[in-house]
Amino acid sequence: MIALSDFLILSAILFSLSIAGIFINRKNIIILLMCVELMLLAVNINFIAFSHFLGDTVGQVFVFFILTVAAAEAAIGLAILIVVFRNRRTIDVEELNTLNG
Amino acid sequence: MHFDSSTLIPVLPEIFILTMVCLIMIIDLFLDESQRQTTYLLTQISLAVTIFITLLVSSPETQVVFDGSYIRDPMSDGLKVFICIISMVAFVYSKEYLLKHDQFRGDFFVLGLFAILGMMVMVSSASFLSIYLGLELLSLSLYAMVAFDRDSKTGSEAAMKYFMLGAIASGMLLYGISMIYGATGHIGFSEVASAVATSGTDNTVLVFGLVFLVIGLAFKLGAVPFHMWMPDVYHGAPTPVAMFIGSAPKLAAFALAIRMLVDGLEGLHADWQGMLIILAVLSMALGNVVAIAQTNIKRMLAYSTISHVGFIMLGILAGTNEGYISSMFYAITYGIMAVCSFGIIIAFSRKGFEADQLDDYKGLHERSPWFALMMLFVMFSMAGVPPTVGFFAKLFVLDAVISVGLTNIALIAVFFSIIGVFYYIRIIKLMYFDKPVDDTPFEASIDTKVVLSVNGTSLLILGLFPASLLSICTAAFG
Repeated sequence: MIALSDFLILSAILFSLSIAGIFINRKNIIILLMCVELMLLAVNINFIAFSHFLGDTVGQVFVFFILTVAAAEAAIGLAILIVVFRNRRTIDVEELNTLNG
Repeated sequence: MHFDSSTLIPVLPEIFILTMVCLIMIIDLFLDESQRQTTYLLTQISLAVTIFITLLVSSPETQVVFDGSYIRDPMSDGLKVFICIISMVAFVYSKEYLLKHDQFRGDFFVLGLFAILGMMVMVSSASFLSIYLGLELLSLSLYAMVAFDRDSKTGSEAAMKYFMLGAIASGMLLYGISMIYGATGHIGFSEVASAVATSGTDNTVLVFGLVFLVIGLAFKLGAVPFHMWMPDVYHGAPTPVAMFIGSAPKLAAFALAIRMLVDGLEGLHADWQGMLIILAVLSMALGNVVAIAQTNIKRMLAYSTISHVGFIMLGILAGTNEGYISSMFYAITYGIMAVCSFGIIIAFSRKGFEADQLDDYKGLHERSPWFALMMLFVMFSMAGVPPTVGFFAKLFVLDAVISVGLTNIALIAVFFSIIGVFYYIRIIKLMYFDKPVDDTPFEASIDTKVVLSVNGTSLLILGLFPASLLSICTAAFG
C-alpha cells in the first residue's frame, strides 16, 4: 500500500525540480515553460493524493480547473515566446537583459 | 442540489461584464480602422453600467451563493465600484496614448475588460478555487497586455519576465492551497476558518501551506524580496499598460490578501503577521531607497509602488478591523494616485517621445502650469504631505499599527517615508525651478484634460474630506 506521505514526497521533489529548473537554467525559454508546467503538475499530484485519502472529490475538481488554466497559460507563454523571438531572433534567457537598474 | 435563479442576482455585475466583453470582441472584428472609437465607447458604457448594477444589487448583508464559492458583501461592492471607476479613468488616458502612438486597436480594451472581470471575481470569491480562477484571468490578460506593442523589444522582454515570475507565483500559491486543502479537507474560506478553529493552530502542514500562500501573495503584490518583475514591467510595458497594472489590480491584490488571510486563515494570524512584517519592512526600505537612484520616471514609480505595497501590508498585518479599514483606504487612494501620475506621463508624451525620463519634466510649470499643479498634487499625495489624501492614508495605517502595539514598525515606516519624500519633491523641483529643455506645446485631447483635472483635484478634495471615502471602507468591515 502506498502511503499519503509517498505521494507528497514525490510531488515535493517534482516541485523542487521545477523551481531549480527555472532558476538554474540559463539557456532556453522553452525549458522554463516546461518547468512551469511541471510545477502545476506537482500541485495536481498533491491535490489528487489528498482528495483520495480524505475521501473528498473537491480536490479532483480543483485539478480539472488547474489543467485547463495550465493550458491557457502555456498558450499565452508560447505566444509571448514568439513575440520575443520575432523581435530578437533568439530565445536565450541570458539575452533578456536590456531592462535592469 | 437544486438551482435557484435568484442566486444569480448577486453575480449580475460579473455576468453583465462577461456578456459585454464577448459582444465587444465580436463587434470589434467587424469594424473598420476609422470606427475604432466604437469599441472604446462600448467599453466605457459597459463599465458605467457595471458600476450601476453593482450599486443596484448592493446591500449591507452578506450573500454567499454558488455552493459557497462566491460572496457579495459591502467590501466586494466598494472595491468593485472603485476598480471600475479607476479602470474607466485609465481607459480615457489609454485612448489618448494609443491614438498618439498609432496603436489604437480593440484588443487593448477587450483584454482590459477581461482583466477587470478577473479582478471582480477575485474580490467576490469565497473559496480558494474561485480566487485562483479570478487571479489567473487577471494575470493572463495582463501578460498579453504587456506584449501589446508587438514590435517593441523592451515590451516583449518585460512580458516574458512578467509571465515567468507570475507563473511561479501562481504555482507557489497553488502549492500552498493544496497543503491547506490537505490539512483542513475544504477549499471554502468559511469551512477552512472553522476547521482551523477546531483543529488548533499548531498544525505543521497548515503552516507549511501558509508559507507558500504568503510567498505567492507577495509575488502578486510585488513585495520585496519578490518584487523583481515590477520595475522591469513598468519600464518595459507601454505606458497605458503600466498604468493599468499599477492601479486597479492593487485593489484586487488587497482583496486577495483579505479573503485568503483574514476570511480563511484568521486563526493563523500570529503566523502570518510575522511574515508580513518582514515583507512590509523590506518593501518600504528597498522601495524608497532604490527609487532615489532612478532616472526613468516609470521605474521610479515602480519602486514607489513597492514602498506603498509595504504600507498596504502594514494595515493588514495589524489584524484588527481598524487595520483592514486603513489598508483598504490606502489601496483605493493608491489606485487613484497611480492612475493620475501615469495619466500625466501620457498627456505629456507624443509620437516618438515617451516623456519617461525625469529630465523631460524640467520646467513643466512654464509649459503647462495647470498640469504641473496636478503633478504636484500627485507627488505630495504619494509623499504623504497634508492636506492631500495620501497623508490621511498613511496616518490611518500608522494609527492602526500603533494601536496593536507595533510602535517600532510604525517608526520604521515613518523613517522610510521621510527618505521617500526626497524623490517625490525632486520632481516638483524639476517642474518648478528648472528651465525647460523642450518647448513643444502641450497637446492633449479635451476629455483627457478634463478627466486629468478631476483626477488630480480629487486627491486634494478627498484629503480635505477624507470621511466620505473612509465611510465606504468602514462599511466594508462593519
